[in-house]
Order: sequence, then structure tokens, then C-alpha cells
Amino acid sequence: MAEIVLDKVTKRYPDGALAVSDVDIEIADGEFIILVGPSGCGKSTTLNMIAGLEDITSGELRIGGNRVNERAPKDRDIAMVFQSYALYPHMTVRENMAFPLRLAKVDNATVERKVNDAAEILDLTQHLDRRPANLSGGQRQRVAMGRAIVRSPKAFLMDEPLSNLDAKLRVQMRTSVSRLQKQLGTTMVYVTHDQVEAMTLGDRVVVMRGGVVQQIGAPQYLYDHPSNLFVAGFIGSPSMNFLPATLEDGTLRSSLAELPLTDRIRKLLESADAPREVIMGVRPEHFEDAALLDDASRARGATFTGQVDVLESMGSDKYAYFTLSGEQATSAELAELAADVGSADVPTSGIQLVTRISAASPARLGQSAEIWFDADKVQLFDPSSGRNLTFAGE
Amino acid sequence: MSMQSDMSQSVIGADAVKRSGGRGKVVLSEGKKAERKLGLMLIAPAAIVMVAVTGWPIIYSVWLSLQRFDLRFPEKQAFVGLENYGTVLSNGYWWTAFGVTSLITVVSVVFELVLGMGLALIMHRTLVGRGLVRTVALIPYGIVTVVAAFSWRYAWTDGTGYLASLFGQDQALLTQRVPALAIIILAEVWKTVPFMALLLMAGLALVPEDLLKAAAMDGANGWQRFTKVMIPVMKPAILVALLFRTLDAFRIFDNIFILTSGAQNTSSVSMQTYNNLIKGLNLGIGATMAVLIFITVAIIAFVFVKLFGTAAPGSDQEGRR
Repeated sequence: MAEIVLDKVTKRYPDGALAVSDVDIEIADGEFIILVGPSGCGKSTTLNMIAGLEDITSGELRIGGNRVNERAPKDRDIAMVFQSYALYPHMTVRENMAFPLRLAKVDNATVERKVNDAAEILDLTQHLDRRPANLSGGQRQRVAMGRAIVRSPKAFLMDEPLSNLDAKLRVQMRTSVSRLQKQLGTTMVYVTHDQVEAMTLGDRVVVMRGGVVQQIGAPQYLYDHPSNLFVAGFIGSPSMNFLPATLEDGTLRSSLAELPLTDRIRKLLESADAPREVIMGVRPEHFEDAALLDDASRARGATFTGQVDVLESMGSDKYAYFTLSGEQATSAELAELAADVGSADVPTSGIQLVTRISAASPARLGQSAEIWFDADKVQLFDPSSGRNLTFAGE
Repeated sequence: MSMQSDMSQSVIGADAVKRSGGRGKVVLSEGKKAERKLGLMLIAPAAIVMVAVTGWPIIYSVWLSLQRFDLRFPEKQAFVGLENYGTVLSNGYWWTAFGVTSLITVVSVVFELVLGMGLALIMHRTLVGRGLVRTVALIPYGIVTVVAAFSWRYAWTDGTGYLASLFGQDQALLTQRVPALAIIILAEVWKTVPFMALLLMAGLALVPEDLLKAAAMDGANGWQRFTKVMIPVMKPAILVALLFRTLDAFRIFDNIFILTSGAQNTSSVSMQTYNNLIKGLNLGIGATMAVLIFITVAIIAFVFVKLFGTAAPGSDQEGRR
């Protein structure tokens, strides 16, 4: 077990492409940390540099206090689980799991004991003499985990280990990965493009974009206090709603409503030196059906009236979708997020708004509804830099 | 090249026989029967052509091998049963040639495998000028064997050859048995390493990059990754390459014909067959030798195909399930 420190780590390919730029992460001993971001953001490259499968162009990587930049993967004492599982097809499950121990010239009795222990933990005992080709996806994934844990390495690296599983199994495996990490107490660095996995698994999450770390923090912190537009849009499902808005005389004008700023937000904006044109962000759960609220609650926000496009009842609550007239908010970050989820290809006109309202709401599909939103939960962003103007964190 | 295509056909043929044998036990539905009939009809044209161009000569050779048939004494032609086989198999020259052929086959294939693997790894790993490297490496395979054999002969000719002069003067290496065999093997290896490398490179492409990364993470050094991961995973490709080359090498003719003409007991079985059939005009004995070569090659192919049965990952799973 050991802490892992990335100190200004940079990866530049021979053709000049910058894959990872000045990454600073301090991973504590026993911590479960997630690297998340859209494809091509440099998260896998970062993981491969920790593993030693890719050279570090500049900066320093320390594991357990020692600089390991120049060490081969086998000398770093870390184990890795690959998205493809990378099981050796010519070996049985037992041989696969024993392989790292055999290479380390561990005696037979110990190998036998460790493999059996790992198989016990991962519920693979009855499959030990089968070959990978005869296993299901979930079983293969567990064998890959088994091969990593038999060595009791200083740290585990996971490269999208659940991406090849079907949705139901993925949720199930997610909890078992989490439980396994707590049980073993080993440092784990986990790469995923799935923000739900990032939110549910990690002690801390590192959001990356274009090779640059955007923000590092606990999942809830990133959700509540995104430092910029990209993190705000990436974390959360359904994602935050963004609208163009104008700041004028302490009022926020948008196609939703005219909203007097709360004192808290006004102070933050003053110290952030906010521009006039901003992007307003509101999370779906900060909306509510106005019909369900008393006057005191209503006074803490603003309301708008719109026609319900789509109504999804989730049982516990409802998602109501609206289309507002006006231009969509535009910024480089939002364009990249849209491209990542593929929504850039869906033609839309006007502003799409997702609201999460109480299940008790009388809102009906195709009819108009009055929707309230919380004035103090609004976040404002600078459209040119993407900076969160209402960022209250340190 | 025609030899190789023959071989691949025979491999496919063996596979098809195995599969249809397994299916035969199952009771077929109407739809399956119709599908099968259509399948047979679709392969019929190809099968007929194959029988005409390969099946008939084989049958004719077997028939000839059972005759006393010497074109110098055509009036003595008669059916003699297996007498020709007795004659050939009790003859010292045949067994010498058989030994020489086997030696050339084993030694050259071993060298070709090792060097071919090296070349394949180089071509697989080359990042710059990959196309150029591959083209250059393939040149020997593109040169007509007879032409290449002549250039080897001149190079080793005492007094004029540049290679002969390297190995000391007034020694006609091609007229001494052991050096001559070594030169024959050298010429064979030089010619077919690129072919071997190509086949092995196709096998290398089958080894997923993640598997090698995983092995590196598991603590394997370069050599261990090669022997414990790469070779086992590409074993089917290695066996195919070995099969092709072993069958090919066993029928060696042109290099020996040009380099030594079989002098100093350097004849291969194919040379002996040629000597009896074409030079000696003894159709019966020549055909007998041809049939014996055919049987040997068939045995080699059979052994290899049996090996495939347990080595190829795909067939292994089917076998276990």
C-alpha cells in the first residue's frame, strides 16, 4: 500500500500532440480515486503513465515516496485491470491468477493458497479449471480482478473495467468493486468515462478535459460546487440546464424569468468580477411545480410557465421537459459535452429544459404548467472562459 | 505457390470432413436438408475441377505404380502389384535420398522458424518505413528459385565465386557432401524466411496489445512475454507456418537440381523421382516414388492437423464443451 503522487506530469507524443498537461494529483494511501472525462481527455494516458506502460515526458511520479518515472511496470508493484480484461486465453482461470506469482517465483504452496483465497473472495472457486473463453463477461471481469489482487500490490489501476458488461451487471459489479476496495484497503485509481460510476465509487473524483485536470474533489463537492462549466455539465444525470442570461442592476434576465439576485450570489459575482453576458445553470432538481408550493417558498425563487413536452414518471418523482424559445447557450465546453454524449447530432430548436418535480405534481403532458426554481441554487458561468462566477469553494 | 494452395485445400478439406461427420449424427429438418443440398450444389463446380486436376493424376500415378512400365521396354508392360514398392523400399539410394530430404527439411525449417520469427518481430515492431522494410524483406521470396539457385552456385564456385573465396581457395565446396548440403539448406532458408515471416506476422497481429501490457504489469520481462504469452497465443499460426514449410521443404527439387544435380549423395526424393521418371523413363518406378512422397506428405499433414486439434484455442473449447 502506498500513496501515489503525480507532480506536474506531462505526456507529449513524438508528433507533438499534448495528451496530458501538468497533472498534479496526490492520492492518499488507501484512497479510491476516479479519473473521469470524455474520450480523449487523457485519463487513460494518465493511468498508463502511472502503470509505466507509457513514458512520462516531464514531471515526476512518486509511489510510496520514491520516484518511479524510469522504473519498468514490473518494478512498480502495482496491478492493473484492463477494459478488455486481457486474460491469457491459453491458461485456465487458476493459471491466469497464478501467473504474476509464478513470475515472482513464489513457492507452490503459497501460490495455491493465494489463488484459492482470491477465488473465494471473488466467488470463482468452481471456475478455477476453466478457460477464459468458457466464462461469461462478469466472470472474466472477476478473474481479471483476481489476477490483480493475488499479488497484494501497492495499488490497483483500473481502466474502465466495467465498460464491457451489460447495464445490470455493471451496477452489480460496481458495488462489489467498491466493497472489494474497502475490504482490501488498497489504493485504487479507476478510470471511467461514466460519470455515474465516478459519483458512486470514488472517495475523490478527478475530472479531466483535453489533458488538463479541471477539478479534483469528493463527488458531492463537485456536484454542488463545480469550478467551471465543463464540470457542471459533466457531473450529474440528467445534466444541468444551461441558458444564456444577462446581468443588469442586480437582476438576472433569461428566457426563464427575471430574477432578483440573492445577497449570497451578488457578493460572489462582485468578487468574481462578472461580465454582463453570462450562462445560467440550474440543476433539474432545483425546479418544482409551483402549484405545490406555499407563498413563502415561492418568494425564494421565480416561476415560469411552459408547455410540458415530455413527462417521465419515475415513481419517486417526475421529469418534465420543456422547450423554451430563444438561443441556446454556446461555449466551447458545452459544445464538447454535447459532442461527447452525441447530442450534437440531434437537431433541436430553442432551449431544452429538464426539470425534476414532485411525483404529486398535477402537470400533464402537452398542457402548460407553472414551474418554480430556487433563486439561490442558480449557478452562473463566464461564457468565454467557462469559469464558475458563483464558485463558493476554496 | 501452387504447392501451397494445394496444401491449404487439403487442410480445409480435412476440416470439412470432420465437421460433416459430426453433423451426420443429428436428424436433419427439411430446411436443413435443403440448405445442405444447396451447399453441395454450390461447392460442386469447384469440387469437380479439383478432382479433375488433382484427383485424376493421383489415381493415375497409383495405377502406374502398380505396373511394370519402362518406356525403354514398352513390350514388357504388365501389372505387377506391389513389386515396384518392394524394389524402391529395399533400395539404398532411395533411403539415402529419404534421409537427405528429411535432414534438409528438419534443419531448414528450424532455421526458417527462428529467423522468420525474428524478421516477423522486426516487421511487426517497426514504426518508421514499415512498408519499405516489408518490401525489402520479401525480395528473396519474389526471386525465381532457379535464378537464385544459379546465383548461389556461381557464388560458391571455386575460383570465381565471391563466397567460395571467403572460405579458402581451391576447395570446391559444392562437390563435397556436407558443405554442399549446408549450401543447399542455406539457399532454402534464404529463399523462404520471408514467407515464414509473413505467416508469423499474421499470427503476431492476433496477439492483443492489452495482453502484452497485462503481462508487463504482471511482472513478465520481454523474453517471458514472448515465450509465455505471445508464442502460446499465436501457436495456431506457428503450426500453419510449420505445416506449409515442412510440406514444401520435403519436396525440395530446384535448389538441389541447380546446385549439385544430386552429386555426392545430395539427391532428395523428388530428385530421385525425376531421375527415374523423366531421365530413366521408368514410369512404374517413378510413379511408385511419387506415390511414396505423396504418402509421406500426407502423413506429415495428418500429424500437423492432429496437432491443430489440441492446439488451436477455438477447437479446444469445442472439444471441452
